Amino acid sequence: MAGLQDEVDVLRRIPLFANIEPARLKLLAFTSDRMAFAAGQELFHEGDAGDAAYVIIDGAVDVLKDTDDGEQLLVTLKKNAFVGDIAILCDVPRTATVKAKDRIETLKIQKEHFLRLMTEFPEMAVEVTRVLAQRLQKTTDDLTACREELEHAKGN
Amino acid sequence: MEPNLFKYVWRYSRADQIWTLFIVVASMPFAFYAYELPKKIVNGPIEGSDGFEIPGAKQPFLQLHFEVPAWISSDGMLRLFDGIPLGRFPYLYALCGAFLLLVCVNGLFKYYINTYKGRIGERMLRRLRYSLLDRILRFPQSQFRRIQASQMATMIKDEVEPLGTFIGDAFVTPVFQGGLALVAMGFILAQNFILGCVALVVVLAQAIIIPALRRRLLELSRQRQLESRALAGRVGEIVDGIQEVHVNDASNYERAEVATRLSRIFFIRYELYQRKYFIKFLNNFLAQFTPFLFYLVGGIAVISGDMNLGQLVAVIAAYKDLPSPIRELINWDQSRLDVQIKYSQVIEQFEAENMIDPEMQEPVADPSPPLTGAINAANLGVTDDTGATLIRRTSFSVPLGDQIAVVGLVNSGAESTGEVLAKLLLPTSGRIELGGKDVEDMSEAVLGRRLAYVGPDPFLKQASIRDSLLYGLRHVPLRDPEGETRTALELSEFKRSANTLLDIEADWVDYEAAGVDGPDALDDRIVEVLRTVDLDEDIFELGLRGKIDPAKDPELAEQVMTARRELRERLEQPPLSDLVEPFDPAKYNHHATLAENLLFGTAVGDAFAHENLASNAYFLEVLAATGLDKELFGMGQQIARTVIELFSGLPEDHPFFEQLSFMTSEEMPEYEAVIGRTAGLDFERTKGDDLTMLLKLPFAYIEPRHRLGLMTDDLEARLLEARKKFADDLPQELADAIEFYEPETYNAASSLQDNVLLGRVAYGIADAQGRVHAAIQTVLKELDLRDAVFEVGLNFDVGSSGKRLTSVQRQKMVLARALLKRPDLLIVNRAFSSLNASSQDQMVERVLAATRSGDGRAGSGVFWVLQNPGSALQFDHALVFEDGTVAEQGTPQELRQSGGRLVELIEQS
Repeated sequence: MAGLQDEVDVLRRIPLFANIEPARLKLLAFTSDRMAFAAGQELFHEGDAGDAAYVIIDGAVDVLKDTDDGEQLLVTLKKNAFVGDIAILCDVPRTATVKAKDRIETLKIQKEHFLRLMTEFPEMAVEVTRVLAQRLQKTTDDLTACREELEHAKGN
Repeated sequence: MEPNLFKYVWRYSRADQIWTLFIVVASMPFAFYAYELPKKIVNGPIEGSDGFEIPGAKQPFLQLHFEVPAWISSDGMLRLFDGIPLGRFPYLYALCGAFLLLVCVNGLFKYYINTYKGRIGERMLRRLRYSLLDRILRFPQSQFRRIQASQMATMIKDEVEPLGTFIGDAFVTPVFQGGLALVAMGFILAQNFILGCVALVVVLAQAIIIPALRRRLLELSRQRQLESRALAGRVGEIVDGIQEVHVNDASNYERAEVATRLSRIFFIRYELYQRKYFIKFLNNFLAQFTPFLFYLVGGIAVISGDMNLGQLVAVIAAYKDLPSPIRELINWDQSRLDVQIKYSQVIEQFEAENMIDPEMQEPVADPSPPLTGAINAANLGVTDDTGATLIRRTSFSVPLGDQIAVVGLVNSGAESTGEVLAKLLLPTSGRIELGGKDVEDMSEAVLGRRLAYVGPDPFLKQASIRDSLLYGLRHVPLRDPEGETRTALELSEFKRSANTLLDIEADWVDYEAAGVDGPDALDDRIVEVLRTVDLDEDIFELGLRGKIDPAKDPELAEQVMTARRELRERLEQPPLSDLVEPFDPAKYNHHATLAENLLFGTAVGDAFAHENLASNAYFLEVLAATGLDKELFGMGQQIARTVIELFSGLPEDHPFFEQLSFMTSEEMPEYEAVIGRTAGLDFERTKGDDLTMLLKLPFAYIEPRHRLGLMTDDLEARLLEARKKFADDLPQELADAIEFYEPETYNAASSLQDNVLLGRVAYGIADAQGRVHAAIQTVLKELDLRDAVFEVGLNFDVGSSGKRLTSVQRQKMVLARALLKRPDLLIVNRAFSSLNASSQDQMVERVLAATRSGDGRAGSGVFWVLQNPGSALQFDHALVFEDGTVAEQGTPQELRQSGGRLVELIEQS
């Protein structure tokens, strides 16, 4: 039986929570819901209101984006990934759909709990900023690459 | 109503009053003989005088000889019966027997007279209460702005109550006691004129002074009545407006106000007592003052030889009989005034101008012909009682069968027009006609059946959902009830109190109006209507959460059991497997709390309610017998320590506390103290309260939810043992406090839904609740059980004023009720304010589709005063109100193109 301690271990491996003292992490685990999803079940759908973020404890999820040509796979995330943070951080609807690739185990962290932890642990806020900056960096790189490709295609 | 209570009583109970009086008079000779007999017994057979002086003498028993004038009988004696000659002993027996007989006869007279008087009183009271209620039903609408419901209720219930006891005595007492007093007075006057005059003067003084003193008393009791009534009104207002009291922090203001009223009532009462008992004192004094005068004046007269002693003694003896009737008369007079005041105070409140003519409410069985033609307003004007203009002389004409949208801002005249159409508001000028007939002249039998009205403040009285829906179909009894519902006696009393004879037990439902041929088809029609107003799922859910009595409905219980088996089969297959853990007597249920696992049943009543378990003696006994108490105590300590470790230092309002199911943030310090106290202690030395607190923690424990890793296979096995022991040894007196989970038996204490499921939905699986619920729905549908569940939902009690339903549900109920009677014209007046604009739009769409004629149905005209102007586009015709008049009308499309007021209103909304 997966106990609280396992979840604390998982949480500690996530960069976002790395600097939080273990006692608080245990509290976060205790107050969060352990939630299993069957293969193909959606954790949330693009456009929904965001109420929670998920830590993937076991299994993998697909992050999908609705496009005119149907759903497009953006990335597949594995164990220890943290998904759904943007919607609860920025108070915007879900920016993508997250779907279980196989049977997965997650830890569901409520929005208020997450925000409250951020205010109590500035380290966590810094960490969140860092992770978001990294993502922005990656997105920018991708965008640049796309543009170049586009220019290249036009040039031809 | 008759302002004088006496006239009212006399008018309706004359024969009864005269009969009572007759019986009272007829009882007098027997009472008199009962006083006479003891003297005869003592003087005759016992003492041996009165003709028994000689041993062996006989005396005639039951001799009937009367002295009569000589013209009847020559020797002045009428001899009806010479009597039976009896010796001393037989004579004693005969007299004693006669005495016993008289005691019985007198007792029976008293019994008869009292019952009879009581019945007259109650009958009159019944008539009065009925006619007061009748008047409420006939009050004009404007009256209800002035009166308070709770005041009306106290008046009908409490204030008229004393009338009942008085009415029986209203005529008998003055006649009878007055007669007795007159006889005694006449006797005194005959004995000695002067002393007689003295007595007369004193009595007259009493008769004059006391009523004068009492005048203030009457005023006080009038004030008291008004104050008490106002108090009842205020209490009613506090209850009705309790939310306002709370949100305005006005509870102390209310306390102070009621306290002030109570103080006023107290001092009114206090003054009343002072005066009342002073009058009593005066009365007693005057009663004793007369003998004083007799002794003085009579004594002087006897000594000076103007009167002999025998006369004085006779006068004093006769006077002794005088005070009692006089006192009775005075008491009677007191209650007469009191009751008369109460009566007129009540009657006054039930007087209203423009009462609805009883003819308008005649119970008519024949359906009136359908209304056809047009809704025609001619110069219609309405001014309310404050002088504000609601409708300003407007005229319009629209076809009655059309779907008409009425649009306008609040107070533009739109909603008032809806009310005038339903005759809830009367025009001050002009008129509104339906099919050529003035609405004002139409009876309620026509309006209540041909029209349906849904207003902004829906009201449901306490009844089942089904009865609430059928309320609009029950106008007159249409089919006789099965068997006799009333005995001949009950029926005659209905008549004597002029109560309506319409039988509430009869079948009142007008199936034809609902478009069905009988009770069986009605249910389908109800489902259809509920679907139109989007209430069918709600009612179905209520049915699922409802309970049934398997003894009364064994068939449904059996079907539910089939559904349970079917669901269980499905839950064993993917994708539903793992979603539910069924209750299995031989297995520990991991998704139920530890305490639920021990009880393994639904608690009925408080004994085994969750919060009482840790202090329930039998439950603790079972734990002790299995040695689990020690183990659970340790578990409690462990949980408490973990929780304290995790949560200590968090502020009380931290959102994490919401997730804590074991204790509240306020209880944390208590648990810290308990842990401190029990730290070094053995289980055996832990005191009661600490133990209770610690045991509560493991009781609420669910491993997959709390994940503290406290459950072991060994512990589970021991809990199962305890579960068995708990059930096996359950004492007789607790047998009704729990209904055990048995896979093959219907559980009467649980809802239908829980019976189908009989298990716990698993924790930690995404959307498990929703998927299980959907599975239950599917199973019920496949087994054709939806209707039966629906039926249970229809029996749901809506609660006082329908408060167990949400306000949206109440509004939908009233609309469903209106649709059920298939009116010629459905008036919807700014209903559904609690729905958002798009839901309102959908509601309009569904209702319009359902009322449009087609499929052989006649359809209904609709006059919908819209909350959301945008919905107007769905209607045939639109009336746009502005400033109390119709500003524009036409088809919504025309009006939209012309870009007038309607467009403005739609844009503003």
